[in-house]
Amino acid sequence: MTAILKLQNLKKAFGAVTVADNQSYEVQRGEALGILGPNGAGKTSMFNLITGTLKANSGRIEFAGKDISGWSAARRSHAGIARSFQVPQPFSGMTVFENAMIAATQSAGLHGHAAEAHCIEVLEQTELMGKANVLAGSLTLLERKRLELTRALCTKPDLLLLDEIAGGLTEAECQSLIHTIKDIHASGVTIIWIEHVVHALLSVVDRLIVVDFGKLIADGDPKAIMESPQVKEIYLGIEADA
Amino acid sequence: MTTPTYSVTRSSQAARVGAALGGLVLILLIAAPWWAGRADMRLMGELFLYLALASLWNLMAGYAGLVSVGQQAYVGFGGYMLFALTMFGGLHPVAAIALAGVLGALISIPVAVLIFRLRGAYFAIGTWVIAEVFRLGFAQISTLGGGSGSSLPVAIVRSLASKRALRESLSYWLALGAAVLVITAVYFFLRSRKGLALTAIRDNETAASSLGIDIWRTKFIVYVVTSAFTAMIGALIFLQKLRISPDAAFSVNDWTAFVIFIVVIGGIGTIEGPIIGTLVFFLLRETLADLGTTYLIVLGVVAIVVMLKAPKGLWGLIRSRFDIQIFPLGYRVIKRNPS
Repeated sequence: MTAILKLQNLKKAFGAVTVADNQSYEVQRGEALGILGPNGAGKTSMFNLITGTLKANSGRIEFAGKDISGWSAARRSHAGIARSFQVPQPFSGMTVFENAMIAATQSAGLHGHAAEAHCIEVLEQTELMGKANVLAGSLTLLERKRLELTRALCTKPDLLLLDEIAGGLTEAECQSLIHTIKDIHASGVTIIWIEHVVHALLSVVDRLIVVDFGKLIADGDPKAIMESPQVKEIYLGIEADA
Repeated sequence: MTTPTYSVTRSSQAARVGAALGGLVLILLIAAPWWAGRADMRLMGELFLYLALASLWNLMAGYAGLVSVGQQAYVGFGGYMLFALTMFGGLHPVAAIALAGVLGALISIPVAVLIFRLRGAYFAIGTWVIAEVFRLGFAQISTLGGGSGSSLPVAIVRSLASKRALRESLSYWLALGAAVLVITAVYFFLRSRKGLALTAIRDNETAASSLGIDIWRTKFIVYVVTSAFTAMIGALIFLQKLRISPDAAFSVNDWTAFVIFIVVIGGIGTIEGPIIGTLVFFLLRETLADLGTTYLIVLGVVAIVVMLKAPKGLWGLIRSRFDIQIFPLGYRVIKRNPS
């Protein structure tokens, strides 16, 4: 296996608050990695650093063998990194289909009918086809989350970052989302997934990283990590009810 | 089990009807010199130039989020370029208009690099300051009349056409042509890939950049292109006025405040908005202009009422009722169930 993503001594602080404290880890191509940690631990910041929305104070990020530390968010998107936002960020004045078309034409670089066909394919996969002509601003929460996923997939990513995509969904909605994510992973896309809905996370990922105060405090087999006293302490009161 | 197939269309019934009607209106307007009086043609010429300015400002502010209150910098710059290029360069007025556009694009590049460091309200104020710098700069050029300005020599005016009637028709057609050119250019630009990127920026910059859109570059292109066209419109405006002075050329009231009024009441961020806004503005102006300052108060009241009752402008109000688009920019997915 080859590493698709490599973080080396990544540091980011906002004044006294450190959101990434010397983080180093690798993600292998085809892996599904879960990220756990309490609120404010620096999980979303980690995604912002990887996608280029935030610039690190120091350290290095490599993607597919290239140093992308200085790259803009747009360039990283072209290179094959896609994300869903924890708080959905739809293009509210455009339809669901147009939202998808932006990802397909701008990031994946598709043209005309190829772009349209790709969007239709992804919208069917994410079960949003019925809403294709609806303005994104009028979608429900689940639909907005699916739109986040749709847009990310329309960029034809190699690495997909999912930020609490199952949060706030009913059990049935969650199950259907897990099914979709498993399909995406099976198609060869590397996934990093931040999630508080632990049973959903554990049903997909094959490796887990736990973050607290910007530090990696555990990294490895999900089952072993969920059993470790350190993680139980952080998650005191939160049970993995998978 | 049948699987539906999908097709994507970018047109609509309203758009086809709109295009047919638009074509008809355009033919009528082109024929105006044969049916309209001199005063009406002058008025319509002015209307077309405002329509062009408003469509450009709408592209820049409504789509790219560049809320500039300093586009009078380019109106005035274009006007002065027309005078300088014809008087000292010996160019034909139409060639001077085209070259004013090129020069407008060139000068907007360093301006963009400078003011793109500013955001929001600071950007707006920055653009105004730049326009004032332009005004003060041109007031220093004594060969162009300094602070009091200058008139276009008769020989240059005659070079357009020797007969007055033909000259007036030509000037009218240039204004009509400019408006049609600008609206067509905006329409095709917004339908293109770059236009899709720009519409995404209009709605959400964070999401746009994470989907591969280079925000700075897209805004930069829009700023330079709108500034170039604005300079050309400015040259045309002062070809009609035949006289230029720094205060008239760089007037924030005439070239920006009224333009913002038009776009806001018509519906910002739509192609149709500036068209409706221009018609409303001229309707108000022609019926109320005799009232003096009261006219400006009425304009203000109209702007406030529209903003409160229809925040997306008059076109936004119509669109929310009927869901139509005369200029189809969007995509519609049509489901076909195999029988």
